[in-house]
Amino acid sequence: MTELKERAHRMTACLEEALKPELLQLRDDSKRHARHAGRQGIEGDETHFTLTIVSTQFSGLSPVARHRMVNALLAKEFESGMHSLSLTLTAPGEK
Amino acid sequence: MAEAVFQQIQQLIDGNPVMLFMKGDKLFPQCGFSARVVKILSHMGVEFETADVLASAELRQGIKDFSQWPTVPQLYVKGEFLGGCDIVTDMFQSGELESLFDEKQIARKVA
Repeated sequence: MTELKERAHRMTACLEEALKPELLQLRDDSKRHARHAGRQGIEGDETHFTLTIVSTQFSGLSPVARHRMVNALLAKEFESGMHSLSLTLTAPGEK
Repeated sequence: MAEAVFQQIQQLIDGNPVMLFMKGDKLFPQCGFSARVVKILSHMGVEFETADVLASAELRQGIKDFSQWPTVPQLYVKGEFLGGCDIVTDMFQSGELESLFDEKQIARKVA
């Protein structure tokens, strides 16, 4: 596991608190996207993440509703330069 | 200002049964996630229209506010927000996307 930086720490803490997940994996993919279009004007790194969460909070919700829940929890990160978040959100026992 | 861009977005969604807001265009997607959705729709033989959010700062922010969804790409089918790259990919892999296009009577060219 690579060292988690500031944003990743914040995100993990916030999601753990709100979702009490059985599983939470956060990967920083920022380096793979360092030079592509659309990155102009974005400061620093920690811009692209892949997040996998298993939580009972997702039970009975549509995929869009699950994504909206997580996006809302991380709204401040999107406002402060997070650019992309790839999500795999399941309830326990799914798939 | 925001109202104008919302109107523009609504017109695009109303005027195109399959409408993709993306970075770049079909031929030259400027982001791997946008490229993946283009690939899926093309593979399925669906006719779709795209709007390049990198071409307009107002559209780029506007589509996020309009859908209340913080990332691009975003796919609309018959006026309904379907999701971004993750959801479209999952729906494609599970066969749900094909069922949805059939259900919504979206024409497909079979290669």
